[in-house]
Amino acid sequence: MRIAVGPVQFRIGSDWAEPVAALARLYAGYSQDDVRPADATVRLFAARPWRRWLRPSVHIGGDFVVPDALPLPLSMGLLAAEMGMNLQVALGWRRHMLLHASAVAKDGRALIMSGESGSGKSTLAALLGESDWRLMGDEFTLIDPTGGEAFAFPRAVSLKNEAIAEVAARVDPARLGPLLAATPKGDIRHLIPRADAIAAMHEPARPALLLFPRFGGEVAVEPMGEGEAFVRLTEASTNYVALGEAGFAALTRLVRETPAFGISYPDSAAGLALVEQLWAEAAL
Amino acid sequence: MTDRTYRAAPPGALRIEPLGELTAIFDRRSMQTHLVVSPMPEILGAMGTDACSAARLASRLAAAFDLCGDDDVQAILAERLGELAAMGLVERA
Repeated sequence: MRIAVGPVQFRIGSDWAEPVAALARLYAGYSQDDVRPADATVRLFAARPWRRWLRPSVHIGGDFVVPDALPLPLSMGLLAAEMGMNLQVALGWRRHMLLHASAVAKDGRALIMSGESGSGKSTLAALLGESDWRLMGDEFTLIDPTGGEAFAFPRAVSLKNEAIAEVAARVDPARLGPLLAATPKGDIRHLIPRADAIAAMHEPARPALLLFPRFGGEVAVEPMGEGEAFVRLTEASTNYVALGEAGFAALTRLVRETPAFGISYPDSAAGLALVEQLWAEAAL
Repeated sequence: MTDRTYRAAPPGALRIEPLGELTAIFDRRSMQTHLVVSPMPEILGAMGTDACSAARLASRLAAAFDLCGDDDVQAILAERLGELAAMGLVERA
């Protein structure tokens, strides 16, 4: 099976039909080109041949393998496929600088949000993507080393725990995948991005605002200097070191040309209001 | 303590980009990124192409900046030069 997410063409294979069928449903609206060679391969394979029948579990394989990747039960095949796709991109992609960050765009300009797991960057991006923003991605944002533009990676959004009900209340149930309960990352449910976001996934956007969200605590906004933004984004980039000087140049340019803020917010409504306010006041 | 002499990196070896309070330095030889604060960029800027001791560096920097307490400055610069050498950004002459 082939899936194109942004500039990345995945080839996905599995020893079981179930995860592939689930992926086919989530990515049905994405254009598919079976002739184009794959950039990354994800393979879900049985740990041992007999396990396929006896105690099904899937292991993640592909061009890169992380030795301590968790063996997941078969019911989590979809999550395994998602982790595999992330892994192949995080470790193998060289054409862009890869930031572990969500992004949304408006009028050809991008808002990039970088933060740890639990910072709410994914939920904020998903919710903004249901309003008048274009969802570019909930997990990775690609920066072109030459021109500095942001490129989208709009995989199916991975909603976690409380975010599931929050987003489910606003969208057509047909855009939601099956509930994956009690995975190692908690409850997960995938959201298919809006059709217009999928259709526009190859359109670049000029970075206009960098936010470093933190979920919890009072509403707070802290302007961030170029140096601190640089340090944080080197940590958020999975291929900064591999890109060498091209990565260095792309990152110095990004932090110089894009205003950056750390934000804290107690709930999604406050977070969204803060984002819209900063976009109106500070985005370049 | 003897006043060691150091030599700057060859021309073109370092790409130095000031980012507000921090300065990012990309070393093209090691492909490493270093993040430094003042006075490291000023020291690198004052190294010149010849071998340079802390005493000579102190007098050069004194011409450009308002430095006070001669002995202190030289001792501090000797220490910073040692740190820059450890990062590979200058080398012992």
